[in-house]
Amino acid sequence: MPLLDVRNLTMHYVTKMGDVHAVDDVSFMIEAGEAIGLVGESGCGKTSIALTLLRLLPDNARFLGGQVLFEGKDLTHIPEEEMRKIRWRGISMIFQAAMNSLNPVYRVGDQIIEAIQNHLPISYREAKRRVSELFELVGLPPEVIDRYPHEYSGGMKQRAVIAMALACDPKLVIADEPTTALDVIVQDHILRRIDEVRKKLNMAMMYISHDIAVIAEVSQRLGVMYAGCLVEFGDTVTIFKRPAHPYTVALMSAFPSIKGEKRKLQGLPGEPPDLLQPPLGCRFHPRCAYATAICAQRAPRYEEIEPGHLVACWNPRSGRA
Amino acid sequence: MIPRRNVGIEPLWKIRARLWARSLRKNWGLFWESRIGPLGLAIILFFVLLMVAHPILMATVWDPRVYDPVVGFDRAMVGRHPAPPSWAHPLGTDPIGRDILSQLMWSTRSEFALGVTSALITVVIGTFIGAVCAYFGGVVDTFFMRLADLVMLFPFIALLMVLRSIVTLDLWRLALVMGVLSGFGGITIILKAQALTVKVKPYIEAAKVAGGSAFHIIRRHIVPNIMPLSFLYMMFNVTGAVFTEAVLSYFGLLDIRMSWGIMIHTAESAGYLGAFGQYWWLWAPPGAAITLLCFAFYLVGRGLDTVVNPRLRKR
Amino acid sequence: MMSTILQLQNVTKLFPVKQRTFALKVRQFVHAVDMVNFAVETGEIFGLVGESGCGKTTTGKLIVKLYEPTSGKIFLDGQDITLIRSGAALRRFRRAVQMIFQDPYESLNPRFTIFDTIAEPLEIHGVRSLSEREAQVAEILSQVGLTPPETFMFRYPHELSGGQRQRVAIARAMVIRPRFVVADEPTSMLDVSVRAGVMELLLELRRDFGVSYLYITHDLAVARYMCERLAVMYLGKIVELGSTEVVIQTPLHPYTQALLAAVPVPDPTYKREPPQIKGDVIAPINPPPQCRFLPRCPKAQEVCARSPHPPLVDVGGGHFVSCYLVR
Ligand SMILES: Nc1ncnc2c1ncn2[C@@H]1O[C@H](COP(=O)(O)OP(=O)(O)OP(=O)(O)O)[C@@H](O)[C@H]1O
Ligand SMILES: Nc1ncnc2c1ncn2[C@@H]1O[C@H](COP(=O)(O)OP(=O)(O)OP(=O)(O)O)[C@@H](O)[C@H]1O
Ligand code: SF4
Ligand SMILES: [Mg+2]
Ligand SMILES: [Mg+2]
Repeated sequence: MPLLDVRNLTMHYVTKMGDVHAVDDVSFMIEAGEAIGLVGESGCGKTSIALTLLRLLPDNARFLGGQVLFEGKDLTHIPEEEMRKIRWRGISMIFQAAMNSLNPVYRVGDQIIEAIQNHLPISYREAKRRVSELFELVGLPPEVIDRYPHEYSGGMKQRAVIAMALACDPKLVIADEPTTALDVIVQDHILRRIDEVRKKLNMAMMYISHDIAVIAEVSQRLGVMYAGCLVEFGDTVTIFKRPAHPYTVALMSAFPSIKGEKRKLQGLPGEPPDLLQPPLGCRFHPRCAYATAICAQRAPRYEEIEPGHLVACWNPRSGRA
Repeated sequence: MIPRRNVGIEPLWKIRARLWARSLRKNWGLFWESRIGPLGLAIILFFVLLMVAHPILMATVWDPRVYDPVVGFDRAMVGRHPAPPSWAHPLGTDPIGRDILSQLMWSTRSEFALGVTSALITVVIGTFIGAVCAYFGGVVDTFFMRLADLVMLFPFIALLMVLRSIVTLDLWRLALVMGVLSGFGGITIILKAQALTVKVKPYIEAAKVAGGSAFHIIRRHIVPNIMPLSFLYMMFNVTGAVFTEAVLSYFGLLDIRMSWGIMIHTAESAGYLGAFGQYWWLWAPPGAAITLLCFAFYLVGRGLDTVVNPRLRKR
Repeated sequence: MMSTILQLQNVTKLFPVKQRTFALKVRQFVHAVDMVNFAVETGEIFGLVGESGCGKTTTGKLIVKLYEPTSGKIFLDGQDITLIRSGAALRRFRRAVQMIFQDPYESLNPRFTIFDTIAEPLEIHGVRSLSEREAQVAEILSQVGLTPPETFMFRYPHELSGGQRQRVAIARAMVIRPRFVVADEPTSMLDVSVRAGVMELLLELRRDFGVSYLYITHDLAVARYMCERLAVMYLGKIVELGSTEVVIQTPLHPYTQALLAAVPVPDPTYKREPPQIKGDVIAPINPPPQCRFLPRCPKAQEVCARSPHPPLVDVGGGHFVSCYLVR
């Protein structure tokens, strides 16, 4: 049994201008202890998936269907009381830009202690000991526990936020853009540290990022999102070697690298999609170089093209990179 | 390279007019949704109606000798003034036999003139000084900010009393004095704060790099960006001006022939305010009018607030 | 033989910092840019890379005269621009040098239509006739790929996507045909798929108009695709400078080595070694006289601790390094 099995998840935001099709028929699985990545461009619905899994959606969100099986239990139907226990202890999340949401008037350590005490019935003393353990785990010196957020650098704040997410030994941690605002050297430190912790505690990780280089380095399997849909999912090495969806192909040829031959970068023609009125048929067809007549009419099925490699495309590529 | 032709198939002014109309429609929509804004506007319109109706009534049904708001006198009722409401005088008459309704309607015009003029002066000064202080900073800024502190601390009414002993304070002079005083007062601080948030925007730097002079940047970028807020404060200033006028008139400090404040002053100086409930028609109509008009401008201001301050908008 | 269009000589910019925590008033300065020297050839794209806060933007703003240097000289076509104060010389300078700002969301006035934004420099530089301005705006819009221009001219920034806004910002900088452009992270806010298109556009504009760029970025992979030569900055100092491929393939300064080692590689089979660097980022406030990188340098020797900041010296073929261990 996989740790998390997401089936046909669909969620829209209701706005004055119409419905935002943020998550449409998304299915994937996460095994225990594995690291998966979710890539896609700004606004394609990555954060929305995470929020739907944790049932932390804003008021204007409409959950329209699908199942979220966590250790076999469907999270979409359990009472809120039970869900609260699962958030943090079962699945926890490092929120996008969370490092900016540390309260400036409280000591960082106290903020984490309070969060722990909200979820576990332990004393202040024990909680504090737990915080020192966590700080050691993420590579923060113990003497900074009693400092305020403004005395932390960006990288330290991000580490503190990660420590907070690890507080209750979750089985799965969702990290939404955990290093986006940070410099490469700090990013490298933090990603390595998270990976060590993951291996040590045998947690599963779900990394969300728009940076395919980061995802390539940290994840064993990855999903590619475009306009609210998961268009490709599979083993990271396979997808990088043989991207099958034309969007994945385009994404990779648009991405510069400091290693290897210096090849010409290829931009994608056309405009990013409007999720209020997503294109009919395959959502990628207006920008797709391989689109055929059917692409504009019917949405392609999300199917396995080789074992463990799923793609939603009428004309999947293969064998080219 | 495309051929050099006039690409706009339409002339530029037409496009601008359309864009302007579009943003007006959008902002009107937001204003309308605020609910309180349109209510305020309706009340203001009601007063405008009173204002417009007065000369018409005077020319048609009301005999000027009886109904003139300042020199009229109803001889038919000698000895019974101040008379309570009747058919001839729907709001009664004052102690010297003048029609209250006529006074009320006639005064509306001066209230508007005073309120709008002084608010306009305030806002023009405040916007300009605020923008200049924010842009240049330094000594200019310090000077005007200290001046603003001084003006705000100054006993306003006392100043006007002194002023009155030197010059006659008619409506326009009062508007000018109030406008100028509050223009250099608190509003500059508020508008400067707003201008400062504009000044640090990268598009200001972009305009500098493009070669724009200080004057160009203040005029094209800073002032238009603080204008909506100025407009908002203008509404609140109208309220302030109308209210101040009422207070000054009540104490008999103004050389105005008729106003809502003077109506109450007349009642008071003739000793009719003491018997509180008895001669209500002497003070209630002008009192209600002052309250209502101030309230209306305040409501419009609050309505505009939802248009101007996007963070107040509900999504 | 190429000619030099821009040259920086010992340029330094200090920002005073207010320290309220000390009772004694100690004058402290952020050494945002510290004795920087480099030259950009005509038609070249010169890259400036480095971590956040190392002084890249400050360098750019010094070049476009948004800041005045604390000391040092900046030459454009051999003329010292730090001496320009106002009048005709300043106008000529503003025409010749433009800047593309980092943030396409904040660098366009939300109350201006696209036409107003792009026509503003034309208006300032004396293109009086409205139809002439319209024609020029339309031309530049189609050059930056916002076609047909009529459909974009009278929109507001919020009606455009991030990539389109960035193109507008580029059009504004290019419409008066500058000869030198400071491009401050022009693609950092853009999505990957749009980014490549904007990078291509900048290269095209150079081909068409012969503009020279100072290309500021924190992304070494992007710099590799854009720049002929590259300068690596660390806490206000240039620590390495040379042709892009040489610097990226054979970095010599320990900081450049660490920086390059930290760049993630979009290839899951490539196993990257961790970068060799100690400690955490430091703010450049009143830095000690030794090598700026000393506190974090994994290779530091005794010589580094007892000598001043090392000079930037040529190690051959126009590859400059500022490190005592590389000679
Ligand atoms: N509360 C909301 N109401 C309406 N639309 C929303 C809301 N939250 C997000 N959206 C829209 O839903 C879409 C998906 O948003 P989401 O935050 O999931 O994107 P993302 O992939 O995480 O993007 P990013 O990389 O920018 O964080 C976007 O188009 C966004 O504008
Ligand atoms: N106007 C200013 N006043 C005071 N300090 C400043 C000012 N501008 C920049 N600094 C400081 O100077 C240093 C260099 O800043 P700069 O903006 O040039 O960095 P950068 O390399 O562009 O960074 P980023 O990649 O984050 O844009 C920073 O420490 C910054 O805090
Ligand atoms: S289904 Fe068609 S349009 Fe969509 S990605 Fe595949 S080929 Fe392109
Ligand atoms: Mg997100
Ligand atoms: Mg910068």
